[in-house]
Amino acid sequence: MSDTARRSRPLGIAVPVIACVLVYLVGVLVVPLLALCATVLSNLPEVVGQLTTPEALHAMGLSLVLAAIALGINLVAGIAGAIVLVRQQFYGRSLLDALVEMPLALSPVMVGLGFFLLFGRTGWARPVIDALGLKVTFAFPGLVLATTFVTLPFIVREVGLILKVQGTSEEQAAATLGASPWQTFWLVTIPNIRQGLELGATLTVARALGEFGAVLVLGGAISGETQTATTFIHASMEERQEPAAYGMAMLLAAAAAGLLAFLQSRRRR
Amino acid sequence: MGIRVQGLVKRYGTVPVVQDVSFEVRTGELVALLGPSGGGKSTILRIIAGLDPADDGEVWLDGARVDALHARERQVGFVFQHYALFRHMTVEQNIAFGLRVQGASKEHQRRRVDDLLNIIGLRGLGDRLPAELSGGQRQRVALARALAPEPKLLLLDEPFGAVDAKVREELRRWLRRLHDEVHTTSIFVTHDQEEAFAVSDRVMIIQQGRLEQAGTPLEILDAPATEFVARFVGDVNVLAGDVVDGRLGLLALPVAGSGPMHVIVRSYDLKFWRADDGVAVVQRVTPLGDRVRVEAILDDGAAIFAQFPRRSSLLTGIGAGARIAIEVTHARAWPARALPGEHKCPS
Repeated sequence: MSDTARRSRPLGIAVPVIACVLVYLVGVLVVPLLALCATVLSNLPEVVGQLTTPEALHAMGLSLVLAAIALGINLVAGIAGAIVLVRQQFYGRSLLDALVEMPLALSPVMVGLGFFLLFGRTGWARPVIDALGLKVTFAFPGLVLATTFVTLPFIVREVGLILKVQGTSEEQAAATLGASPWQTFWLVTIPNIRQGLELGATLTVARALGEFGAVLVLGGAISGETQTATTFIHASMEERQEPAAYGMAMLLAAAAAGLLAFLQSRRRR
Repeated sequence: MGIRVQGLVKRYGTVPVVQDVSFEVRTGELVALLGPSGGGKSTILRIIAGLDPADDGEVWLDGARVDALHARERQVGFVFQHYALFRHMTVEQNIAFGLRVQGASKEHQRRRVDDLLNIIGLRGLGDRLPAELSGGQRQRVALARALAPEPKLLLLDEPFGAVDAKVREELRRWLRRLHDEVHTTSIFVTHDQEEAFAVSDRVMIIQQGRLEQAGTPLEILDAPATEFVARFVGDVNVLAGDVVDGRLGLLALPVAGSGPMHVIVRSYDLKFWRADDGVAVVQRVTPLGDRVRVEAILDDGAAIFAQFPRRSSLLTGIGAGARIAIEVTHARAWPARALPGEHKCPS
């Protein structure tokens, strides 16, 4: 008891440091969230009313669908990509390794613009998608493209890190015990990368729900069509429908909190 | 089951790691591959298991050539140096893995796991995770896991390298007993000669990717085929110089031939005794538990050392500064020439 008391008593210099950190965290994180909560609660009937319009519900649904698709694509591509990047030797691997992280560094607006130049009315890829009868810009495929691009690095990176640390000795052991590559993948590799997978998946969903710039440029935020939760907030602010904006922001914050809680609960096991 | 390896060659880039190695292991034998680290022992083992491809040569298991078979089809149990236990599986699940992926019934899996838990002395620890076990326990689980599908051949890569000396000693004895019970043909890799001699029926000395000698521990000790083997095995003195009429410098040596030679004398193949008309002066006396190591300098400047039982009467009057006479009782001589990997030789 006296032991813990001694250990937890802050040293002289630590007091101001801890105070600064607390003030910073409270100021940056807690106060804005509290303001949001308070505003939403004090206008609850209005908020609920404006969030249950067909447009608002469509935007919510679209964001969820996009997050689910991005998660699905990245689960498959991310695991495969991480295994290839970490375990295969090939020419240009380190370049590819660096490129994978590019979406983290690039501004999403710029990415949207890039795709726009590719798929827009005078875009390079236009003949191809026209021939296929596809519509990318200001349409659902554009949103999928934008969301998938910005979420690409998370699962590859998290899974890749774990694969690098763990090596392949367990897979080799499985092979000597007679396991097929498929059995080895499901029984050994997947359980071993589970933690990275969960972290990467959480970040992917969070990023997908929060994406704004790329989906705005590429999707155009057409109400009831290509408007997502974030572009809905933007539009609501422009149209002075503040309760709708606050409400939707609150929902996104709640989703983020839910994701973090999920992650914490998995980590504790 | 018997195993035959013929003309095995493996290069990493242009660096040869295994150079034309051939040997045979008879059914039920326990054989050690012994040699300095980096000599290609583990690579040979991995080639036999199918974990690494050979550049040339053949591997035959039970009279069938297996070079084209994948590791999973060879029915070879492998114990990895750092265990490579499945970290997310319990001890039981680890042991049952081989049977599980081969589609054995749940009932059979359970019985086999129970048997093996008994054999490795870890009953009651079946639901632990590998991280919750000690190094020695993990090693035994790794062995049980490899044995569970009843492999035709068991390969162990430095099986006791990662546990401390005391546990290693225990595991060694245990492995020997286990082998005497289950009789699985086994090959294990080690750089520890004591380990190789204590556990195996036969020892193969591997150096720089070549098989220097294969034989029983006694044959290796008493009839080393090459200078490398003579130097590598045991604590040895290496005396270099011109041998003339059975003498090298101040010492009489029981060796034939003459000319420039490397003479290898084991530390227990010579006698020192206190004598004022001797040929050397004692520099240092070091007690090593049950033995005593005595280092001396000959009057012509050459260094020599010997080991004696702690209570040996030869030690009477021997201390630093004492003059001694020396008798070499056994020695082996090789014509002097540069020896590959000479710097790697211990002692």
